[in-house]
Amino acid sequence: MGHTLVEKIIGNKVGHEVKPGDIVTVDVDWCMIDDIMVPFAVQKFEEMGFKKVAKPEGVVLIYDHFLPATQVDDSRHFRVGDEFADKYGIKNVHRTDGICHQLMTEAGYVKPGDIAFGTDSHTVTYGCVGAFSTGIGYTEMAGILGTGQLWIKVPETIKVEIEGTLHGNVTSKDIILRIIGDLTASGATYQAIEFTGSTVDAMSVASRMTMSNMSVEAGAKCGLFAPDEKTCDYCKIPFDDKLKELRSDNDAKYSKILRYKAEDFKPVCACPSLVDNIKPVKELKGTKVNQVFIGSCTNGRLEDLRAAATILKGKHVAPFVKLIVTPASRKIYREALADGTLEILSDAGAIITTPGCGLCCGRGGGILSDDEVVVATNNRNFLGRMGTSKVQIYLASPVTAAATAIAGEIVEG
Amino acid sequence: MSKIWKLDNDIDTDIILPTEYLAFETVQEMKPYAFSPLRPDLAAQIQPGDMIVAGNNFGCGSSREQAPEVVKALGISCIVAKSFARIFFRNAINNGLLLIEQPDLYDEVAEGDEAEVIPGKEIIVNGKSYPIASLPENLTEILEAGGLVKAMRKRNGLD
Repeated sequence: MGHTLVEKIIGNKVGHEVKPGDIVTVDVDWCMIDDIMVPFAVQKFEEMGFKKVAKPEGVVLIYDHFLPATQVDDSRHFRVGDEFADKYGIKNVHRTDGICHQLMTEAGYVKPGDIAFGTDSHTVTYGCVGAFSTGIGYTEMAGILGTGQLWIKVPETIKVEIEGTLHGNVTSKDIILRIIGDLTASGATYQAIEFTGSTVDAMSVASRMTMSNMSVEAGAKCGLFAPDEKTCDYCKIPFDDKLKELRSDNDAKYSKILRYKAEDFKPVCACPSLVDNIKPVKELKGTKVNQVFIGSCTNGRLEDLRAAATILKGKHVAPFVKLIVTPASRKIYREALADGTLEILSDAGAIITTPGCGLCCGRGGGILSDDEVVVATNNRNFLGRMGTSKVQIYLASPVTAAATAIAGEIVEG
Repeated sequence: MSKIWKLDNDIDTDIILPTEYLAFETVQEMKPYAFSPLRPDLAAQIQPGDMIVAGNNFGCGSSREQAPEVVKALGISCIVAKSFARIFFRNAINNGLLLIEQPDLYDEVAEGDEAEVIPGKEIIVNGKSYPIASLPENLTEILEAGGLVKAMRKRNGLD
């Protein structure tokens, strides 16, 4: 019997074959702790009575949710993180560089075949380079900090095959939203999702990140792409024989297989207030919006900002719409500055904010109040996520978001 | 006997505790805001020993461990749902909060009903028995130690 990609990643790490349902203890390559969770992880680590961090070179602290601080207690989190890093020899601390899930691959930490855990559910993002990565709580993180290990249950795999060429106004965001709608918000719980097919092969790593990132919205433990030449270019490593083996065998066993034709995908939105409440953008025409948000670890990359700029070039957002653009990292911000993307967006009336989680987690600039409507490129439209519980959040692609900002109502790009 | 509070499908972690309350230093400060986007009065109504019965996918969403911590701090003795989200499940066990998957209970009980929970065996409500499974051994060990912090303290020779 062949193995799926996730079985191979975990099997390589533990040194023997594994099958779904096996409970194994793995050595952890990377621990990511974000600013919200730092003080809690540190407190648990100390309560557990550890004297040192097992593998400080594998720990990365990233300040992003509270940056720049908006409430008086927020900076305590940065201070606790800095003190912890100093005390235990943690050198990888990103204080102002961008969103954790962007930086973990962009800054060169997570590589194909690695195992990573983070204190944020969107840690699944690193599946875009063929790594097993998933979110955990701060108590488990404290345990990994002390022991370097964690137990996991080997998941079954749902295979998603997509073949063909996408329409021009359809992005990987529309694909993953449709898949979440089809699977439902709990349809992949405890399972891995593996994305395959010619459409996926043709995608940039940035587009794959969007899909890995949102796999958790279907409940998945991880959302994986087998590494290829593009992955290795992005990770700045050679595509060697070992990595060429890091893909599912032809006779691997799946819990479910979903097959799609790329041509069948349309621009869609996740409508209030569930990620699996998916409707075609065309059916939402006429829905007036107060604000549009383009950013986050889901869609704050250079290709997303460029896609928005292509639509907004020479135009202006509707007078009653606030368009907030938040690049996912400093590197992306600089690249978008250098190639003129930010200038186009600014000319069109966008408010461009500092890289970070910003509005996505309801902490940064742009939170909304009762009955306001926002179209946003991030990953969650939960009740109260971006302001009061009566805010209507529609999740969409950067293409849909940009077109909507101009029209002042939800429209296709 | 435990009084049942009934919640719906897909109760996410932003409902259990919104992001704006995550930075409180103690879980005691978070307690009044539990479930506030959905039911602002619920946290004040819950009494120690009560239980929650919910539908599918309880605890979906973020990694925030404040979610199971605040539920436990309210005195909830266990949560019975059709299914749980993965991260919430691990976080709850690591905090010594009992979670039970049961497919039928949610559809057949009402808020305010009284339940008796016999771990690993059954839940009895309105005279009817609902069978429940045992947890895997490694999770039972963490739960019996009183959570992962206590299990690690034991490992480190402290307790």
